[in-house]
Amino acid sequence: MSSLILRAATRALAPLLILLSLFLLWRGHNEPGGGFIGGLVAASAAALQGIAFGPAAARRMLWLPPAAVAGVGLAAALLSIVPSALFGLPPMAALWSKVDLGDGAYIPLGTPLLFDVGVFLVVVGSVVALIAALEHKPE
Amino acid sequence: MNGWLAGLAVLIPLAGAAVTLLAHGLPRAQTVLSLLFAAALLLDASLLMAAVWRDGMVVVQASAWDAPFGISLAVDTLGAVMTLIAAITGLACLAYATAEIDEGHRRAFFHPLSHVLLAGVCGSFVTGDLFNLYVWFEVLLIASFGLLVIGGTRAQTDGAVKYVALNLVATSLFLLATGLIYGLTGTLNMADLSRAVPRVENTGVLNAAAMLLLAAFGMKAAVFPLFFWLPASYHTPLVAVSAVFAGLLTKVGVYALIRTVTLIFTHDPEWINGVLLWTAGLTMLTGVLGAAAQNEWRRILSFHIVSQIGYMVMGLAIGTKLAIVGSVFYLVHHIVVKANLFLIAGVAQRLTGSMELKRSGGLYEAAPWLAILFFIPAFSLAGFPPLSGFWAKFIVIKAALDERSIAIAAAALVTGLLTIYSMTKIWGEAFWKPHPAGPVEETGAPRAMVVPIAALAACTIVIGLFAQPFLAVAERTAAELTDPSAYAAAVLGRLP
Repeated sequence: MSSLILRAATRALAPLLILLSLFLLWRGHNEPGGGFIGGLVAASAAALQGIAFGPAAARRMLWLPPAAVAGVGLAAALLSIVPSALFGLPPMAALWSKVDLGDGAYIPLGTPLLFDVGVFLVVVGSVVALIAALEHKPE
Repeated sequence: MNGWLAGLAVLIPLAGAAVTLLAHGLPRAQTVLSLLFAAALLLDASLLMAAVWRDGMVVVQASAWDAPFGISLAVDTLGAVMTLIAAITGLACLAYATAEIDEGHRRAFFHPLSHVLLAGVCGSFVTGDLFNLYVWFEVLLIASFGLLVIGGTRAQTDGAVKYVALNLVATSLFLLATGLIYGLTGTLNMADLSRAVPRVENTGVLNAAAMLLLAAFGMKAAVFPLFFWLPASYHTPLVAVSAVFAGLLTKVGVYALIRTVTLIFTHDPEWINGVLLWTAGLTMLTGVLGAAAQNEWRRILSFHIVSQIGYMVMGLAIGTKLAIVGSVFYLVHHIVVKANLFLIAGVAQRLTGSMELKRSGGLYEAAPWLAILFFIPAFSLAGFPPLSGFWAKFIVIKAALDERSIAIAAAALVTGLLTIYSMTKIWGEAFWKPHPAGPVEETGAPRAMVVPIAALAACTIVIGLFAQPFLAVAERTAAELTDPSAYAAAVLGRLP
C-alpha cells in the first residue's frame, strides 16, 4: 500500500511503539506488562512498518532473520532456568541480584527478567515471521 | 534431583526447538541436533520412569512456589509411562522424517515445530495443574497447526481448516470449564481440586463444568460424536507428521480424560461413567464401520484410531481396577502400533506410488520384509495373540464381563472382528493383489525409514511376548489412579 500519510505516521509511531514495548517489558508482570505483551506491541510496530514500507522493511527492523530472533529468545528464556539448577533449587526458581547505584538506589536484575526478554524475542520473531509469510507473494 | 527430571521432560524439547531454530541455515547440523535432542528426551524420560518406579511419585513445585499456589509438576506412573512412550514415538518419527522431508519442508520449520509439539505433549503428561494443562494443549496445538500444512497442498489446507476450527472449539470449551471450576473451588491445582471438588455444594454447575471438560477432552481424543475432524485431516500431512499425530495427539486427550475422571470428578461416578460407557461403545463401532468404508491407507488407519480410542474410554468407564489396567495397557500398546502403521503406509506409498488401495498392490512380491513388518502391528491392532493388542483387548473385555456389562463387551468383540476385516483388506489389496500398473520394482527403502519401523515392531513383539512387566506397570498405574488421595498427599503434603 502506498500512502503518504501512513508512511509519515509510521515514521513517528514505530519508534514510540518500540519504546512502549520496552517499557511494558521492564514493568513486568506485577502490573499490566511483561514480555509477551511487550513483544506483541513491538511486533505491531514491525507490522506497521511492513504495511507502510513493505515486508522487507519489517524484516530489516530485526537485523537478524525472524526465525533466528525467535531462536535466540527461546535460548535466552531457557538460559534463565540454568541458575536455578546451579543453586540446587526447583526448576525456574527466581534468583535476583541488586546492581548498586549508591545512595541506597539499586536496580534489581533477576532471572525472571531474562526469561521475559526471551519471551519478548520469541513473540517478536514469530509474529514478524508470520507477517512476512503472509505478505509474501507466491510466484 | 528427581524434580529436575520432570522439568527436563519439557525443557529438553524446548531447547531442541531453540537450537534447531538457530541452526536453520545449516541443514545437516539441524538434522543432527534435532535427533540428538530427541534422543536426550528419550534418555530423560527413561530416567524419569526409573525414578518414579523406584521412589514413587515425582513432585516438584516449579519456581519454588508452594502448592497449591504455584504450578506443580506431578509425575505418577501414568505420567512417566506416557512421557516415555511419547519420547520413543518422537524419536522414531523424527528419524523416519530425515529420509522423508525435503529442503522445502525443512525450511518450513519442520524440526523446530516437531520439538515444540513434543514439549507440549510431554508438558501435558508431567503437569499437575489444570490451567497449565490447558497451556500445554495450546502449545502442542499451535505446533500441530504448523506441521499439518508443511508442504502446502490443497488437501492439506482443506484438512487443516477443519482441524483448526474444531480444535479451537475444544480449547474454548476447556477454558470455559477451567473458569467455572476455578469459580467453584478457588483452585486449579489438580491435587487440590481432588480434595475441593467433593465439597462443592452446587453440583449442578459442577456437573456442567465436568461435562464441558469431558467434551473438550473428548474432542481431542476423537470420541463419538466429536471425531470427524480426525479422518478429515490425518491423511493429508507428511507421513512422519501424521504418524506422530496418530500416535500421540488423541492419546493426550485420552490421558486428560483419565486424569480428570479418576482424580478430580470422583463425586458422581455413576453419572460420568454412564456417559463415558455410551461414548465408548458408539466410538468403537462408528470408527470401525467408517474404516470398513474407506479405500485409502491412511484414511482406514485414521478411522481405526477412533475405534481404538473407544476401547481406552471403555476401560475408564467401567472404572474397576482391572478395567483401568486394560485402559493403560491399551494406551501404551496403541501408540506404538498406530504410529508404526502410519510409517509403514509411507514406505508402501514410496514403493507402489499411491496410498489408494485401488492403485496399489504387488508389495508382497516386491518387498516381503515390509509385509512382515506390516503384519506385526496390523494384527496386533486387530488383537491376535500373542501380539500386544491381544492382551490389551483381553483385559478390557474381561473387566467388562466381570462387571456383567455384556453389551459393551459384545461391542468390543464385534469391533475386533471388523478390525481384522480392515487389516485383511489392506493386506489383500496392497500386498497380495498384483499392482495394476505391472510388477513393483524392488527398490528398497532408506535405512532411516526401515530402522524406526523395525524398532517399533520390536516394541510390539516385546510387549506381546513379555507382557508381565508391562502389566505390572499398568497394575501399579491403576492402583494409583483408583486412589486419588495418595496423589493429593504427594503433591500437597499431608494436610487435611
